[in-house]
Amino acid sequence: MADSTAPGISRPFGYTASILAALILVGIALTVPAVVDGRPVLFALDWAPSLGISLAFMVDGLSLIFGLLISGIGSLIFLYATGYMGNHPQFGRFVLFLFAFMVSMLGLVLARDLITLFLFWELTSITSYLLIGFDHDNPRARRNALQAMLVTAGGGLALLAGFILMGTAAGGYDLAEILTGPGLQDSSLYGPILVLVLLGAFTKSAQFPFHFWLPNAMAAPTPVSAYLHSATMVKAGVYLLARLHPALGGTMAWSVTLATAGAVTAVLSSVLAMRQSDLKQALAYTTLMALGTITMLLAGAHSYALTAAVTFLIVHSLYKASLFMVVGAVDHGTGTREVERLGGLGRAMPVTAAAAVLACLSMAGLPPMIGWIGKELIYAGAATMTGAPLVIAAAVTANALMFAVAGIIALRPFFGAPIATPHVPHEAPWQMLAGPTVLALGGLVVGVLAQPLLGSVVGSALTGSLLQDRAAGLHLWAGFNEAFVLSILTFAIGAMLYTMRDRFATLVDPVLRSMPSLDAGWDSFLDWFRDLAAWQTRVLQTGRLTGYMLAVFAVTALALGATILHGRPVIMPELPRSAFLWLTVGFTAAGAVVALNTHSRIAAIAGIGTVGIGVAVIFIFAGAPDVATTQLMVETLSAVMFAIAALRLPGLVERRSRQRQLAHGAVALAVGLCVTVMVLSVTASPLDRTITQYFEENSYVLAHGLNIVNVVLVDFRAFDTFGELIVVLLASFGAYAVLKRKGRAGA
Amino acid sequence: MNSLILSVGARFLTALFLLFSLFVLLRGHNSPGGGFIGGLIGAAGFVLYSFAAGVEAARQALRVDPRAIGVWGMAIAVLSGLASALASLDPFTGLWLILADLALSTVLVFDIGVYLAVFGAILTLVFALEETL
Repeated sequence: MADSTAPGISRPFGYTASILAALILVGIALTVPAVVDGRPVLFALDWAPSLGISLAFMVDGLSLIFGLLISGIGSLIFLYATGYMGNHPQFGRFVLFLFAFMVSMLGLVLARDLITLFLFWELTSITSYLLIGFDHDNPRARRNALQAMLVTAGGGLALLAGFILMGTAAGGYDLAEILTGPGLQDSSLYGPILVLVLLGAFTKSAQFPFHFWLPNAMAAPTPVSAYLHSATMVKAGVYLLARLHPALGGTMAWSVTLATAGAVTAVLSSVLAMRQSDLKQALAYTTLMALGTITMLLAGAHSYALTAAVTFLIVHSLYKASLFMVVGAVDHGTGTREVERLGGLGRAMPVTAAAAVLACLSMAGLPPMIGWIGKELIYAGAATMTGAPLVIAAAVTANALMFAVAGIIALRPFFGAPIATPHVPHEAPWQMLAGPTVLALGGLVVGVLAQPLLGSVVGSALTGSLLQDRAAGLHLWAGFNEAFVLSILTFAIGAMLYTMRDRFATLVDPVLRSMPSLDAGWDSFLDWFRDLAAWQTRVLQTGRLTGYMLAVFAVTALALGATILHGRPVIMPELPRSAFLWLTVGFTAAGAVVALNTHSRIAAIAGIGTVGIGVAVIFIFAGAPDVATTQLMVETLSAVMFAIAALRLPGLVERRSRQRQLAHGAVALAVGLCVTVMVLSVTASPLDRTITQYFEENSYVLAHGLNIVNVVLVDFRAFDTFGELIVVLLASFGAYAVLKRKGRAGA
Repeated sequence: MNSLILSVGARFLTALFLLFSLFVLLRGHNSPGGGFIGGLIGAAGFVLYSFAAGVEAARQALRVDPRAIGVWGMAIAVLSGLASALASLDPFTGLWLILADLALSTVLVFDIGVYLAVFGAILTLVFALEETL
C-alpha cells in the first residue's frame, strides 16, 4: 500500500483532516470547565416538532470523555494514516470516509435525542462498512464489511424499535428528560425495551454471541482498525449501555444479562487472543475482552463498578489505539505481522518498540500506568456486584490472560534474537510514530497524575451522566486491600501463562477447535436466507401477467368486501328514468359480453373500447365533461396501444382449464359486486361538501378560472398534478426502455 | 396500412387535432379542457398520422424526439412552480398578470408544461410500440 509508486497527492487531505480533528478536540475541551461544574452544554434544532423529535445535542460528563477520545485519537489517526497509506491512489476517498465516520461518532455520543442518536448510530454502521471494505478488490474484505454491517445494522433496527418504545413509555425522545425522569424500570414496556436496546448495544460492541464480526473487521486498513475497532465504533455499544444505565439499569434482568454476556465475551476472547499468531488478530480479540469487561462492569449499580467501567474505557482507548498503530508500523517496516516471524526489532525500530512497551505496561495493568488504576478499580467494582465471586473470577482470568498477551506483544517482536523478515526492518516515518508515542505516554501521564487530570471529568460522568452520588477516587496506591491482592495474583498467573504459553496452547487448542464456529454459522445463515429469498421469488413472482392480475383483483375484492361488511348499510337509490342513459348502459354491458366471448382479438379490443366509451358517455350524463373527455381520449389511445400489441399475438384460443376460468370469473364478479356496493354506500351517505364549496367559492376569486376541475388540477392542487406528471413520464420512459431493449435482443 | 382514405385524411386530421388540442389547452381555465386533455388530443393526432404514414414519417413530422418533449414539459412545469419563489411564496403558488380582460399567469405556463409532458409521454410509448412490435 504505502509502497505504491503513485505520488501522494492526497496527503494534504490527511494533514487537513488531522488539524480539523484537533480543532474539534479543542472545541470540546473548551466545555470541560462548564461540564465539570455540573452544567452540561446544550444545543438543539427543531427537526420534526410534530413528532417531538429534535436535532438536539448535549455535552455532559460521559459525552465529554467520548468526545475527547474520538477527536483526540482521530487527529492522531489521520496523521498516522497519512504516513501509513498517504501514497494510496484512493487516499482522498479514505480520508473522506474516515472523517465522515468520526463526525457520525461524535454525533452519536453528543446526541441528546433518541432519534438523533439512532441516526448517527446508523451512520457509523454505514461509514464503517465503507472503511472495512475499503480494499474492495479483495472478496474477503467485501464479505467481512458486509458481515459487520448486517450484524450492526440488524442490531440497529432492534435499537430503533427499542427507542420508539422508550419514547412511548417516557413520553418523549429527549434523553435528558428520560434519564432524570422516574426511570423505565417499572414501565410495562420495560421487558421489550431492554431486549431491543441490548440487541443494538451487543451487536455494536460485539458481545457474545455477536462477537464474531469484530475480528473479521480487521480486513480494514490498520488505521481503521486502530480507530474504529479499538477506541470508537465498538465503544458505541458500551456508551449506550452507560448512557441508558440510569433509565434501564439496576434490575435483575439488566445485571444478569450484562454480567453474563460481558464475562463470557471477556474470558472467551482473552483465551482466543493468546492463540493468535497475527498480532492484529490478537489485538482484535483483546478489544473484545475490554468490551466484555466494560459491559460486565456496567451490570453493576455501585459507583465503584461504574467508575471502573468509565476509567477502563479511557485506559483501553489509550493503549489499544497505540498498539494497533504499533502493529501497523511493524507491518509497514517488516512486511509481516506474524509473531513467529518477528524478533529483535528493538534495534531497528527503537521508537516503535518504546511505544509498544509503554502501551503494553498499561495493558498488563502495571503501575504507574493508568492501566494499573483501571485494574484496581475493576476488582474493587467487581466486589460490589451481585454474584461477586463469579465476576471477580472472570475478571482475574481475563486480566491474567491480558497480562500474558501484553507480554507477547511487547517482548516477542522487539527483543530476543533478530529473525529475518520479508523487508529489512526500518523505523516508521514520524507521522506513524506520533500517534502511538503520544497515546502510550498519555497512559503514563494520566496514570501518574490520575486524580488531578481525570478525577473531575470521570467524576462528572459519574454524577452528571450516571447519576451516582460520587465517583471512586483514581489513585495509584489505594491501600493494601482486596483489589491489591487480586492484582498481585493476576500478575502471578499472567507471568505463569506467559512462560508456559506452549503448554497452554496444547491445552486449549483442542477445546477451541471443538467449539462451533459462529462465523461459519453466519455464512450458512446467509446462504439459507438467500435460498429463502430465491424460493419465495420463484413462488410469488411467476412472471405470468394473469397470475399478477388475479392476485391484485382478488386482494381488492377481499379488502373491499371486508370494508363493506363493517360499513354502513346500503340504500338503493332511485333509478334514473332517461331511456338514453339505459341504452348507454346496455351498450356498455354488451361490449363487456362481446369481449368475454369472442375468439378474435380485434373484436375483444373493440368490446373493451365500447365499455370505455360507454363510461365516458355516462360521465357526460353526470355533468363531468372534463372527466368524460379525458376518459374518451385515454380509451382511444389505450385501444390503439392494445391493438398494436395484441394484433401481433396469436388468436384467442382458450387454454385455461375449466376450474381456472371459473375462478377468474368468480374474482371478476366479486370485484364488480364489491365496487358497486361500495359506490352505492358512498353515494347513500351525505357528502362532505366543505372542500367542494371552497373550490366553488374561490376558483374565480383566487385563481381567475371558471372551470373548477382545471383550476384544481393546475392551481389548487398543482403539486399533485406535478407528481402525476412524473409518474406518467416515468412509466412511458420505462416502457420505452423495456421495448427498445427487447427489440435489440430480438434483432 | 395502405388505405388511400386514411392517408389523405390523416394529413388534414392531424393538423386539425393539433389545432383543436391547443384550443382545448387554452380554453381549459374557464371551460372544459386543459393541458392534460389537450396533450392527449394532440398525441392522438400524431398517433393517427403514424398509422397512415408510418412511424418514421411521424417522427420526422414531429422533428423533436418525443422523449425530449416530455422532459421539456416537465422542466417547464417545475420552473413555473418555482417561479413563485421569486415572490417569496410557496412553490406552485400561481402568479398573475392581469392586462384588462386578459389574465396571464404561471398557472397557464404550468398547464403548457402538463400538455407537453403528456404529449411526449404518450408518443414515446406509442412510437416505441409501433417500432418494436
